[in-house]
Amino acid sequence: MKVTVDQDKCVASGQCVVAAMEVFDQRDEDGIVVLLNAEPPAGQAEDVRHAAAVCPALAIEIQD
Amino acid sequence: MTSTVNPVDERAAQAPEFPMARAAGCPFDPPPGLRDMQQEGPLAKVRLWDGSTPWLVTRYADQRALLGDARVSADINRPGYPRQAPMPPGGTGVSFILKDDPEHARLRRMVTAPFAIKRVEAMRPGVQKIVDDLVDELLAGPNPVDLVEAFALPVPSLVICQLLGVPYADHDFFQENSKVIINRNVTPEQRSTAHGNLIGYLDDLMGEKIAHPLDDLLSGLAGRVTAGELARDEAAQMGVLLLIAGHETTANMIALGTLALFEHPDQLALLRDSDDPKLISSAVEELLRYLHITHSGRRRVAVADIEIGGEVIRAGEGLILANDIANRDPGVFAEPDRLDLRRDARRHVAFGFGVHQCLGQPLARMELQVVYNTLYRRIPTLRPATELERIPFKHDGSVYGVYELPVTW
Repeated sequence: MKVTVDQDKCVASGQCVVAAMEVFDQRDEDGIVVLLNAEPPAGQAEDVRHAAAVCPALAIEIQD
Repeated sequence: MTSTVNPVDERAAQAPEFPMARAAGCPFDPPPGLRDMQQEGPLAKVRLWDGSTPWLVTRYADQRALLGDARVSADINRPGYPRQAPMPPGGTGVSFILKDDPEHARLRRMVTAPFAIKRVEAMRPGVQKIVDDLVDELLAGPNPVDLVEAFALPVPSLVICQLLGVPYADHDFFQENSKVIINRNVTPEQRSTAHGNLIGYLDDLMGEKIAHPLDDLLSGLAGRVTAGELARDEAAQMGVLLLIAGHETTANMIALGTLALFEHPDQLALLRDSDDPKLISSAVEELLRYLHITHSGRRRVAVADIEIGGEVIRAGEGLILANDIANRDPGVFAEPDRLDLRRDARRHVAFGFGVHQCLGQPLARMELQVVYNTLYRRIPTLRPATELERIPFKHDGSVYGVYELPVTW
């Protein structure tokens, strides 16, 4: 699994952090998404997919 | 003779009035008319207070698609925007929730930092203290008591006041004015006066923050005013939005959620007997899905033609995305009318979707988790002090809930 994020689209909802804390974080100054791990292990795949599904700005893309 | 009546015009002529009435005795369920529309097709026409006939979108997938579509505008000043109420005389300033990008993004990003997950988590012990203190006061005070006045409203008001840097001593003033603004049945003049009162109050406060900044959100905005990044009236406008949104919504979720749990004692017992953060979290998501207090729908206007299920929404036509019925879409949530605190309801659209999704949602979730995990555990015999039929519901509000909830223990 390969993950990319679009910081320009991000609206800082933080839902990705709630869904997959090992993979996503937020910038201190404005809450915009920070990608911690672009190739998360299989065990986190479901959480990452959920993060992408709940992102209101559709700022997370996943390639399998 | 051939008919020249356009089928869309014909539908508009027959459009039912919106908002619709809920069924008697079903205060937690969306109006039956919305269910019928959801079954019949993706788009329906409804008639608003001003005679306009925007499209009503009832299905979950269509709403998510449209709320994430750049051909859909949130700009209340565009012709065709389906307004909830008449424009106040002289108009009022508009906060970023009623603007489009890039202006919306510019303003929103100025206030996103305090709502980041880690910042909100850092507030959790303080919120727990607020809730515990209020429960202590409840237990020491009169019994029965109105839970709205004694608990549901003070919790989020105290929290948002701390976050913004607004003196809680002024809460009677801003709650009274907020009530008027979110009531659909007041006159434009009344709404304008209440809005003006709050703007004046926030503008004065902004002056104080500019002169003596502290470590709070309004002081952060004051710093941007000083730096020339934000106009002072924009800052006051944002303060009003955050103050109203920060207490009205969560307060209604606390009171209406408690009433819904009273009506579902098995579900209430789950919360009362559990300290599992996963269950508490899923319970909050399910109550948000099930109750859906923002029952006026998300309002938008099309800026280009958009095809949905073989029909075309024309540029300039208004859209109402009824997210209360989307949260009961049987294609997404099994047995949607059942309150089930154990289900995975995280995909609900109670906070909307798209770039305008509720800014305060992490804070709202955390507050509700603390409240639902504390109130029923600490007062296990908490129960209604009146019959359901006697409880006044906010059918007339743009935020749904109860005006009063007498409780005893």
